[in-house]
Amino acid sequence: MTSAADTAPSPADIRTDYLAQMRQKRMLNMILLLIFATLMVAGFYTADQRNAGGFWNGWRHILDFPADVVGEAYERANLLPGYFVKYLPSLLETINIAGAATLIGAMLALVASMLATRGLAPAGWLIAPVRRLLDILRAVPEIVIALVLIFLLGGGPVPAMIAIALHTVGALGKLFSEVNENASLKPVEGLASTGGSWMQQMMLGVVPQVAPNYLSYALLRFEINIRASAILGFVGAGGIGYDLRNTMSWGQGKFDEAAAIFLLLFAAIIIVDQLSSYFRNRLTHGKAYKDKGAVL
Amino acid sequence: MTDAATYAAADRSLTRKRMFTLAAPAVILAYLTYVFVAFDVAGLADRVSLSNMQTLVSDTYSYKVHVTRDNRDGATSVAIEGERKGEYPEGTAPDWVTLADTTRVDLANGAFITLGETTSFDIPGYGTVTATPGRSGVNATFPPGDLPEWINASKNRVAITADGARLTITRNRTEVFRYFYGWELFFFTLDSPFHGKSVTELLSSGQYGAIWSDFWSNKMWRHADVAWALFETVLMAFLGTFGAAMIALPLGFLAAKNFTPLGSLRFAARRVFDFLRGVDGLIWTIVLSRAFGPGPLTGSLAIMLTDTGTFGKIFSEALENVDDKQIEGIASTGAKPLQRYRFGVIPQITPVLLSQVLYYLESNTRSATIIGAITGGGIGLMLTQAIITQKDWEEVSYYIILIILMVMAMDSFSGWLRRRLIQGTGEGTH
Repeated sequence: MTSAADTAPSPADIRTDYLAQMRQKRMLNMILLLIFATLMVAGFYTADQRNAGGFWNGWRHILDFPADVVGEAYERANLLPGYFVKYLPSLLETINIAGAATLIGAMLALVASMLATRGLAPAGWLIAPVRRLLDILRAVPEIVIALVLIFLLGGGPVPAMIAIALHTVGALGKLFSEVNENASLKPVEGLASTGGSWMQQMMLGVVPQVAPNYLSYALLRFEINIRASAILGFVGAGGIGYDLRNTMSWGQGKFDEAAAIFLLLFAAIIIVDQLSSYFRNRLTHGKAYKDKGAVL
Repeated sequence: MTDAATYAAADRSLTRKRMFTLAAPAVILAYLTYVFVAFDVAGLADRVSLSNMQTLVSDTYSYKVHVTRDNRDGATSVAIEGERKGEYPEGTAPDWVTLADTTRVDLANGAFITLGETTSFDIPGYGTVTATPGRSGVNATFPPGDLPEWINASKNRVAITADGARLTITRNRTEVFRYFYGWELFFFTLDSPFHGKSVTELLSSGQYGAIWSDFWSNKMWRHADVAWALFETVLMAFLGTFGAAMIALPLGFLAAKNFTPLGSLRFAARRVFDFLRGVDGLIWTIVLSRAFGPGPLTGSLAIMLTDTGTFGKIFSEALENVDDKQIEGIASTGAKPLQRYRFGVIPQITPVLLSQVLYYLESNTRSATIIGAITGGGIGLMLTQAIITQKDWEEVSYYIILIILMVMAMDSFSGWLRRRLIQGTGEGTH
């Protein structure tokens, strides 16, 4: 704009310059928005074409199935408590799959995260391969490992537990190592100077600093894992998901048991979510947070 | 507080902490023991199927070619993996099989088999086994001495496992399996003229269109279908994630304290989010697949419903944390309410929302694989189908690798987009 070196740009120049820039930016935003809208519409159209039942016919029937389930459950409401008792062990199995998987996964992730953090790893060359391994573990959907393990080990809760635990190692390992990077290295150096082993340096020097964050992340994972465990049950890995699939396959007229399972699963997820968010709030904000009047 | 009291309090606190450090591992151990007993982990050793494991591993890195002689009509056929799709055209065979009245099959290390009325297997270092299947069973003669453990012979069936090959003779058919490393027919099937050509030959032939279409329509590996399935999975994640974000944004305003003074409305919006999240993707998938049938649309809508709940919660929290000063500043210039939202609120929350949404895009690619396996669509469906047939394990491995690559690609793509968009916007937070 400024042709001569000795004159500063006039206010009018700045103004036109600014407006031109704004126009260009707005133009770019419009184009991006248009591309996005086209992608959404085209994507929806493609998905609709590829679906067995179309959206425009289906949405009117969207409530048919819930209505059947609710209707039948309401009709035979007196049977529901019995079903709750009947399916409680399955629910417990689903929760146990998630619980054990989270615990095992978190313990392995703890070690892996130390190995993947610069400054904490006992050997520098370990960092890159451990990180890649965690990336891969995170990228594999649980169902892939679970289906293969079901083929090898037969059905039941163990394949689901291993599958979820492996994914948990990947997910938590990354989060843990991010937490580790913020940990102070002074305690580690202190322990090293007294001749503490690597294990001692980590357990006594790092873990006390990062434990609240670890716990908070692990609780969040537990919430996610309960859902995953129910889904894996649905493909044959035991627990309440498996029962849900069976009761669903009995078809119309027998949906009252499915309704009981829906309710159990819903209640379990809500309760675990609430409990875990309560504890996570306490971990991150301390006791005082609750006293200030924050609810859950 | 006196010194003594302070010491006592510190002592108690230390004891409590010490108890806790001891108790926590003990509780964890007790819980894991209980779970392992409940899941019967000890009995796992009996349940694990070693033969299945062997099939899975060996199928992943090798394939076998079947040479089959029908003993009733004497017809001989050669087929890769014994599948129709991998059958050699009538009268042709790989160079280690010589088709004639008595077909000769050459194996590794100088061993060979001749298939005819009488089958003979010449095994270097052992001798020749001959077998004649007839009405009374399989009459086999072996070199003198005890049968080695790799020969399994009974009246009706003789099975010999040799170096990289296997011979099975029954009354109805004589079958030779020869094992090779790699994935069979990955690029071209046998009916393609390009099968068995080297890369330089293909490059110099100039028929790129035909080469591509033969590869793309490969009946064995179905590259076109696989690519489409991957696309469908990504599509489910894309539609679900961004659809949910678009629905959740206005609802998020309803649930935020500083934008919705009406308590009951706020309460209702929050309970809707809790409900959507609590019902969970699994149940939404089941409910929706009843209405829409299997397919990518069902998967997209299931992801959309679940994530509307999640995003609604995250968005409303982000909205409650916006800085009022910016809105006041916009209002002081005489902006109308809509303009206040557009220029006062949206720039503040865009980075938070975008980074959350893009983060979920990656995680939803995984969910879409799982939902596809349940409701039928995308790569999840192909994977479950390949596993159910229990024989195409090389395809299972292939799909698993593709799924991992797909998720990693989505991960880096969403990370890239996050950096670009959030830095590119430049407004609001840094």
